[in-house]
Amino acid sequence: MSEPGAPGFVHRPRRGAELFLLLAALVVGIGAYVAVGLGVQGTVPANIIGYSGWLAALTIAAHVAVRLVAPYADPVLLPLVAALNGLGLAVIHRLDLAYEAVDKPHSFAQQQLTWMTLGIVLFIVTIILLRDHRSLQRLTYTSGAAGIALLLLPFMPIVGNEINGARIWINVAGFSFQPGEVAKLLLVVAFSGYLVRHRDALALAGRRVLFIDLPRGRDLGPILAMFAVSMMILVAQNDLGSSLLFFGLFLVTLYVATERPGWLVVGGLLFAGGALAAYTFVGNVQNRFNFWLHPMDYYYESPGSGQLVEGMFGMGWGGLIGRGFGEGSPSSVPYANSDFIIAAIGEELGLTAVMAVILCYGLIVERALRIALISRDGFGKLLAVGLGSIVALQVFVVVGGVTGLIPLTGLTTPFLSYGGSSLVANWVIIALLIRISDQARRPIPRMTDLSGTFDSETTQVVKLT
Amino acid sequence: MSELTLFLIRFAYLAILWIFVLSAISVIRSDMFGARVPETARDATPARGKAGKSKAKASTPRRGSPTHLVVVEGDNVGARAELSQAPLLIGRGSDAAIKLDDDYVSTRHARVAASGDEWFVEDLGSTNGTYVGAARITQPTTIGLGVQVRIGKTILELRK
Repeated sequence: MSEPGAPGFVHRPRRGAELFLLLAALVVGIGAYVAVGLGVQGTVPANIIGYSGWLAALTIAAHVAVRLVAPYADPVLLPLVAALNGLGLAVIHRLDLAYEAVDKPHSFAQQQLTWMTLGIVLFIVTIILLRDHRSLQRLTYTSGAAGIALLLLPFMPIVGNEINGARIWINVAGFSFQPGEVAKLLLVVAFSGYLVRHRDALALAGRRVLFIDLPRGRDLGPILAMFAVSMMILVAQNDLGSSLLFFGLFLVTLYVATERPGWLVVGGLLFAGGALAAYTFVGNVQNRFNFWLHPMDYYYESPGSGQLVEGMFGMGWGGLIGRGFGEGSPSSVPYANSDFIIAAIGEELGLTAVMAVILCYGLIVERALRIALISRDGFGKLLAVGLGSIVALQVFVVVGGVTGLIPLTGLTTPFLSYGGSSLVANWVIIALLIRISDQARRPIPRMTDLSGTFDSETTQVVKLT
Repeated sequence: MSELTLFLIRFAYLAILWIFVLSAISVIRSDMFGARVPETARDATPARGKAGKSKAKASTPRRGSPTHLVVVEGDNVGARAELSQAPLLIGRGSDAAIKLDDDYVSTRHARVAASGDEWFVEDLGSTNGTYVGAARITQPTTIGLGVQVRIGKTILELRK
């Protein structure tokens, strides 16, 4: 893990560029809202002033917080996220209008805006309270245990709740919440803290088989444990997407920590074995595979591939530049506002917009990896890689599933989809990335001229236990 | 609303979306390598070691750069490690590049690593901390030739 930072270069704060991009992002979000109003109702929405004012206030608040407490942070992350969130809100609002037209009124957009507000508040709180991401390293095992506990929470009586066959919800005080979304954040912290401490053993020991360094048998403990956790999520919670996400996340972090392809081989074999076992023994997984391979054959069945096929019809009808807001019928896809929001965008804004959205995700991941490269401490590097790969894996799994590249699994599209837990957790992910990038891009404090003034009396040494 | 208006709205929106994405890319592009340190700012930096090093670099590159890390005070005086094997781990543990027999040193105490042509010392969460000069470091800190790094009762420095 050597630093590629060229000597003689420093990072500028770039807060001005961030502000400019944030204004552009606001135009994206508010523009979509106006376009929805014009397309569906024929007029600019009545509450446009209040809506755009609120969105602008949230965005500017986040910007000011970054300017004050993380002045060297990456300038592109926040605008990208704000644009995706704004676009998501508009599309959810569009779907609300469609549901309203068939007398099934919902206020998903309203709720999503509330969650976005909470997300941004947590974003600001995180960057204010967490002045140095390395203090998280102390919480390695705590956050690992908390993450596992959160994953188990849906099985508890009273709070646990099953919705649509997936047991991933808890009910607290009238709100339902997916603890898994927070758990992924905690697990990234735990993985990075653990691996940065133990990577030497995991990286160096082992033997070479066919050009690949395979790890020692006794070092397989962590990967097997994580595999067991993922399989537990799959079998007990019936949640294919999260299972894939957690295992993939661990594998990526492990590979980056050890720079050793052998782990990918081991992980890939475990994954293939797990997938085969799941295919054989879990009916749901088998269905998902069949729907993926032969979507048209199961169109009329229940459970069937109706959702997937409707999504494909929508994207096909949308074509290159889409039908335009109000001209498509994205609401014919069940759960268009959460799992299938990419299909709704593809139908009304076309491939052009879907490409832009995917590019935005690509840029978020690129920034995360870039932060990892320039970060000066191992923990920050691993944390940034882990956080970036949460976004990458989620987008790959969802968009791949909706477009028929891989079997469909239920996960939310970060920042776009309707879903409070996911939105709030993702804002905190961005807050952590902003914090790491601020640390990484800040000019290095120079202490080279302090030699000679050394005095051992000034400090007190504490004997090691 | 007429077909044409809707078409124009749709097109305008797609244009807005792409303008946003492209301007984000252009910010990234200009940010890729950071900005070059302005000459005046570099001179103003009160960094003697750095200034001396860059002068040496002008005549023969790398002549002024350190080659090894050596213990100058403490129980292990004279213990050394070549910087070519960086990153170097310092501590009481058997996997350390410089193994110190000092009760005040943690098993994996600090790491010395390079970035570009600068050397950093980073504390690895030790109990008693790592000091550069008189200050306890909280993040990777540049060290130049002859800068004393104190770990427990041991003092190390970079030498040519």
